[in-house]
Amino acid sequence: MPAVSMTVNGKAVTGDVEARTLLVQFLRETLRLTGTHVGCDTSQCGACVVHIDGIAAKACTTLALQCEGGKITTIEGLAEPGGSLHPMQEAFRENHGLQCGYCTPGMIMAALDIVRRKGNDLDEHTIRAQLDGNICRCTGYHNIVKAIAAGAKTMGKGGPTRQAAE
Amino acid sequence: MSATGIGAAVRRKEDIRFITGKGQYTDDVTRPGETRAVFVRSPHARAKIKSIDTSAAKKMPGVVAVLTGAELAADKVGNLICGWMITSKDGSPMKMAPHPALAAETVNHVGDAVAVVIAETQAQARDAAEKVKVDYQVLPSVTDAAKAKSGPQIHEVAPKNTIYEWALGDAKAVDAAFAAAKHVTKLDIVNNRLIPNAIEPRVALAEYDSGNDALTLWNTSQNPHVARLVISAFVGIAPEHKLRVIAPDVGGGFGSKIFIYPEEVVCLWAARKVNRPVKWTAERSESFLTDAHGRDHVTHAELALDENGKMLALRAHTIANLGAYMSTFSSCVPTYLYATLMSGQYAIPQIYCEVDAVYTNTVPVDALRGAGRPEATFVVERLVEVAARQMGIEPTELRKRNFVKSFPHQTPVIMAYDAGDYHASLKKALELADVKGFNKRKRESVRHGKLRGLGFSTYIEACGIAPSQAVGSLGCGVGLWESAEVRVNPTGSVEVLTGCHAHGQGHETTFAQVVSERLGIPIENIAIVHGDTDKVQFGMGTYGSRSGAVGISALVKALDKVEAKAKKVASHVLEAAEADIEFKDGKFTVAGTDKSAAWGDITLQAYVAHKLPWQDVEPGLSEGAFYDPANFTFPAGCHICEVEVDAETGKTEIVNWTAVDDFGTVINPMIVEGQVHGGVAHGIGQALLEHAVYDKDGQLVAGSYMDYAMPHAHDLPSFKVETTETKSPSNPLGIKGCGEAGAIASPAAVINAITDAIGTEELTMPATANVVWSAIQRAQPARQAAAE
Repeated sequence: MPAVSMTVNGKAVTGDVEARTLLVQFLRETLRLTGTHVGCDTSQCGACVVHIDGIAAKACTTLALQCEGGKITTIEGLAEPGGSLHPMQEAFRENHGLQCGYCTPGMIMAALDIVRRKGNDLDEHTIRAQLDGNICRCTGYHNIVKAIAAGAKTMGKGGPTRQAAE
Repeated sequence: MSATGIGAAVRRKEDIRFITGKGQYTDDVTRPGETRAVFVRSPHARAKIKSIDTSAAKKMPGVVAVLTGAELAADKVGNLICGWMITSKDGSPMKMAPHPALAAETVNHVGDAVAVVIAETQAQARDAAEKVKVDYQVLPSVTDAAKAKSGPQIHEVAPKNTIYEWALGDAKAVDAAFAAAKHVTKLDIVNNRLIPNAIEPRVALAEYDSGNDALTLWNTSQNPHVARLVISAFVGIAPEHKLRVIAPDVGGGFGSKIFIYPEEVVCLWAARKVNRPVKWTAERSESFLTDAHGRDHVTHAELALDENGKMLALRAHTIANLGAYMSTFSSCVPTYLYATLMSGQYAIPQIYCEVDAVYTNTVPVDALRGAGRPEATFVVERLVEVAARQMGIEPTELRKRNFVKSFPHQTPVIMAYDAGDYHASLKKALELADVKGFNKRKRESVRHGKLRGLGFSTYIEACGIAPSQAVGSLGCGVGLWESAEVRVNPTGSVEVLTGCHAHGQGHETTFAQVVSERLGIPIENIAIVHGDTDKVQFGMGTYGSRSGAVGISALVKALDKVEAKAKKVASHVLEAAEADIEFKDGKFTVAGTDKSAAWGDITLQAYVAHKLPWQDVEPGLSEGAFYDPANFTFPAGCHICEVEVDAETGKTEIVNWTAVDDFGTVINPMIVEGQVHGGVAHGIGQALLEHAVYDKDGQLVAGSYMDYAMPHAHDLPSFKVETTETKSPSNPLGIKGCGEAGAIASPAAVINAITDAIGTEELTMPATANVVWSAIQRAQPARQAAAE
């Protein structure tokens, strides 16, 4: 089996994988980072969203080997090492932007990518349109939309370290 | 109200683990030596299994075992069962066909499992599953509920594919009322088949402990104790005391994770056979083909009214599609959870409802968010709205003329409504939705070439499921009480063990709020434990909006006992008569003195027991209670949907959503609002987007997220959600329940709004752009003819 090396949440990791091993399998099964979830098999639900070199990607449709040398950030890598939450995580809790929590890691990672691309002042229409790649069955999205708008705003007020995950 | 007590919008305790990726869902659990299971499934809707050749699969790399339905049968593993007996009009019992966990002789729907491959890795199991050769003799099939009775007979026990022909109400009295009516409104309704689609797919992980001959199942379940009971008592995999079922964090249920499924049975059986842990994780396409579907009714309904719009009688005939096998609670959904709600919020003197349940070659159908009540509400609220339009009476006015106004109110269909104020929720909703300004908005829509419509749904539901004696008399195989145990630690912190299960509802917060308010201790000092049959003695789980009304009521009963015991301890510590001990805000005082003791002092004394005379009081502070509700609860309210329809394309946009619900006492308004949002989204999904379509050969055409339209963020509006409150008199805190209301109320509101906009009642769900556009085209010639 080929070996793959990458940086995950700031730590260098290597592992032997089959050529067909998906990034999400490598994260969940090899590294035991189980915060990244799988909710579908057609790349549509977005529960598996992580950041690859700073850009949101669906880990269920990315081969682990494609990420050779890459920098991966997962939901586990967002909070500060001391444990203080990322403003987007805070915003999801504060605005009740989650219920069962299963889609939440993907939602938060996708939300950060929306902020990266669209800035800190997000209107409802923009957020709803940009969430096309993420499905939630619990919340009706109402509070997710509120959470992303609030989280984006807070990130804008913070220093450069709070600008994005990476 | 304290900052963390009843009524406070406390931020959820459980969120920290979910937003940091530290949730523990079933697929996150791994066991040493774990193997992976992949099922071989039927590609045919109905076929005879002529032979299965597993020899090539067994030689594949990493394969541990390949097991078939014949081996399952040889090991005498029992069938899956339906736990609610429904009796037909003629007195005959429902026709429950055998449902083996792996089919051995015939397959009856696409996705029916015939074999399982156990291998070292998921990929190896999948590779080997492709090498299992099944020789099928394809048989004719039927998937459409309306055609089931004349279709090929699927099960030997059920001629004409009929499971039961059931009825509720007084047919003669209804016929007499219709004969005397001035106006009759008739509707043909199809309640579209839905697929639940919790975002976490189902998972089962089974481990066998040969030293103790015991099994553990980690399972995506809404009711682990019920799973253990059924798997032990009926399937016979292991006795109850040798089977532990753990349902850890569960990623949404909506009903679909209530039921006992073949995969968990097979994993348990296989784990013992191969003597290694066996895990199965559904792929989404398997979820589509195996999670119990919802709804799928074909109904003709009629409403009789007098000249003033007073309702005289309602009658309905429904064919309910239950799929290829009877799922765990499937039989009660189109009967006692459906026909019993046909009175809506109205004083209708006579109601008669007939339901024919049929087998088809489709995935089994069972409870899905609302379960029977959305179907009933759709029938009633469409009839009322259409009757109002036909009679030229304002739809809200017609409703008001018929609202139940005094309580208790006995309907002709079993239910006794105990409290409500339907005028209050309607009035508040009308104001919140600015219905007065609708005509102005409609004119604006017309100016930019759009049609605008307003639709109402004044719904009622029966929740707090359910009084055990009542459901027992109606055929239910279990009691539907709930349990709670309050364990107070020596230092005063508290663990609550509940038989409810949380899969998004926030019990770790709301249950803790109730404890915090009662014992006056910080919410951080309270842990809520659920979902493990080794920890919680027994419980009935979470569905039917029951956790608040039933589960929290059990908690309140247990807290009563804790307080009584703590007062006894305090009386010895404070050297006072027990009757003189008062407890408030976490402090024990002796009436009329300045003697007091803190909560933590008394809890410690309960355990060190130095001051407790053994003859009078046992050491320790831990109490349990079982609560059986006195009645169902009856959440009710008014939802108003405002739509704008593009007549050129048929595309509907929901521009305004207003919900005013009466849930009785609200523990946490933030969580309650979230439940309404999710429920409404589910109902809008049914009304506009979702449809589990089968083709004539029984293939599920809508079998992935590319074909089955889940509501996305851009399909939905933001919602205006408020509450009114009449307390339920049937439980100690006055809670009614909120989890299903949105899904129950909303489909009728959407369709009432679109039909208002386009001016024709001929509209089926889901009202996609194509459906709406076609309805507009069909209506135009009629409209032109009328104009001429």
